[in-house]
Amino acid sequence: MTEEEIRTAYLEELSRVAPDIDPETVGDDDHIQDDLELDSMDVLNLVTALHERTGVDIPEKDYPQIATVALAVGYLKAKIK
Amino acid sequence: MSHDNNAETAIRDASFGAEEFFQERDGSINIGREAVDRHVEDGHSEQVALLWLGKDGARRELTYGDLKDLSSRFGSVLHDNGLKQGDSVFVLMGRVPELYACALGTLRAGMVFTPLFSAFGPEPIRTRMEIGDANVLVTTASIYKRKVAAWRDQIPSLKLVLIVGDGDVPEGCVALGPALDTASPDFDPVKTKPEDPALIHFTSGTTGKPKGAVHVHNAVIYHAYSGKHALDLQPGSIYWCTADPGWVTGTSYGIIAPLVNRVTMIVDEAEFDLDRWYGTIQREKVEVWYSAPTAIRMMMRAGAEATEPYDFSSLRFLASVGEPLNPEAVVWSEKVFGQPFHDNWWQTETGGIMIANRPGMTVKPGSMGKPMPGINAGIVEREDGTLKELPDNEIGELALRPGWPSMMRAYLHEDARYQKCFVDGWYLSGDLAMRDADGYFWFVGRADDLIKTSGHLIGPFEVESALIEHEAVAEAGVIGIPDETAGEIVKAYVTLNPDYNASDELERAVRGHARKKLGPAVAPREIVFRKTLPKTRSGKIMRRLLKARELGLPEGDISTLETDET
Repeated sequence: MTEEEIRTAYLEELSRVAPDIDPETVGDDDHIQDDLELDSMDVLNLVTALHERTGVDIPEKDYPQIATVALAVGYLKAKIK
Repeated sequence: MSHDNNAETAIRDASFGAEEFFQERDGSINIGREAVDRHVEDGHSEQVALLWLGKDGARRELTYGDLKDLSSRFGSVLHDNGLKQGDSVFVLMGRVPELYACALGTLRAGMVFTPLFSAFGPEPIRTRMEIGDANVLVTTASIYKRKVAAWRDQIPSLKLVLIVGDGDVPEGCVALGPALDTASPDFDPVKTKPEDPALIHFTSGTTGKPKGAVHVHNAVIYHAYSGKHALDLQPGSIYWCTADPGWVTGTSYGIIAPLVNRVTMIVDEAEFDLDRWYGTIQREKVEVWYSAPTAIRMMMRAGAEATEPYDFSSLRFLASVGEPLNPEAVVWSEKVFGQPFHDNWWQTETGGIMIANRPGMTVKPGSMGKPMPGINAGIVEREDGTLKELPDNEIGELALRPGWPSMMRAYLHEDARYQKCFVDGWYLSGDLAMRDADGYFWFVGRADDLIKTSGHLIGPFEVESALIEHEAVAEAGVIGIPDETAGEIVKAYVTLNPDYNASDELERAVRGHARKKLGPAVAPREIVFRKTLPKTRSGKIMRRLLKARELGLPEGDISTLETDET
């Protein structure tokens, strides 16, 4: 997947978990909990969705690394085989 | 008469250590004073009361002396703005130091403190402020603009909005920081009487609006007692309660019980983050840790290897509350932390821990433990308007003999609903449970339609009401379905108005609408569309039937079913 594809996938899954968020308005550095107000169950659902979409296994200790679009794109890109 | 045995007339045979609070007093008792001034008077002004960890890595220590200064200044701010004893102060913000100063300052000033969960959407906030006749709101500029500003003028009781933090202060609001700086630090605690209202915590009902459970200043006696005997809080203990003060645990055991017992309490502004949490325990040498099953199960998911880099040897006592802690989690915690999580049980209404695996007790994994000394609990069954106590090993409703100091004294403006909680001298909890032959209690489920998700009690009616405000939605039935992490999650069954067709896009639109109105903790995680919902002759949606079908359980008595689900 290219960076752009990962970004699109991330935003799609984010708006599926939290459809109150308009993906158009999400900034690269918006924090999913602090800025976008996801709760911990949302984060868990996002992780599961990203795993299904990309095949990347995201362990609990790496959750902070998918907390913004920018972080997630970098993290997932490095992990996708 | 089944209703004459309410809280006021019930047994009061245990003192819960009250005598130490009334030494050299004049019959008054004030939670704000007991939590702060008493320790300052005893020479502990320099002890750290609150160790605050900011999201961005900031670390701030507030001593008991600092809390006295800040809460006094907050009391002065309220007083200077014309607020009077008994007025109602609502707080709506994250876990920042100001929240604690506001709580203690409100109590000190003899006003009534109501915390709201900052992740609530505008709808639950407004409903609660209306029911509670809010006079003051303390919040942030961002929360105010997004969730309050649009309807603020429609709360006639609201006199003052205080804004925490730097930056712009919205029109019609007052900046708290500068107000505190110029307010007088000399503000003696008001001599409140034991039965004066101190706290209102909102809890959900199966039908109708949320209920405001009223607690009084005398409750502090039980907060002190249970903090000491259920959580092993000792003077100087390093203690971390992970609950948000927006829910009752985060106030009873995240503000009052720890401070009254003169501990040093950790307050983490951030949400659950595995390495942050483990790192906090190691670095701050946490001794007593009070958390919740959802967080514990998230730690379990990460596995024991995630704990390996950390030193947990400071931990002395671990407790859990919010929903039953599964046996695996108890066994797992003993393995990785060297201590098992001790499950305990209580409710917004009880104000404090009622049943617990106490320090020194043998923990039966999966059990909530035994009643606290002085607390009389039973398993009962309704029979012709009276109650019958059931023997061991039988499932019935968990009930308590009222009379302890932190028991609610009323549901605000709802005496009929309050009286309904008491039958034959018992307080009925609404939880189904059983007691084994050793006297341990075991949670079985809710006796009503309330949903327990991530330790929070959600009323289906509040969720359904928000859903039907969406233009596409005709009817909604909301239930809790089992979830391995959250215990239960909220699921909605929805029928659509003519001209609307079920689709993924519509599911998202309706769910997005509910999240905006209610916030993520309350809104459904899952919505399914139906042509019709199962209803009784009187048109009531049969949530019980939806749930039985969801779980593959027997449908039970369906004689009142008029139209079925399609």
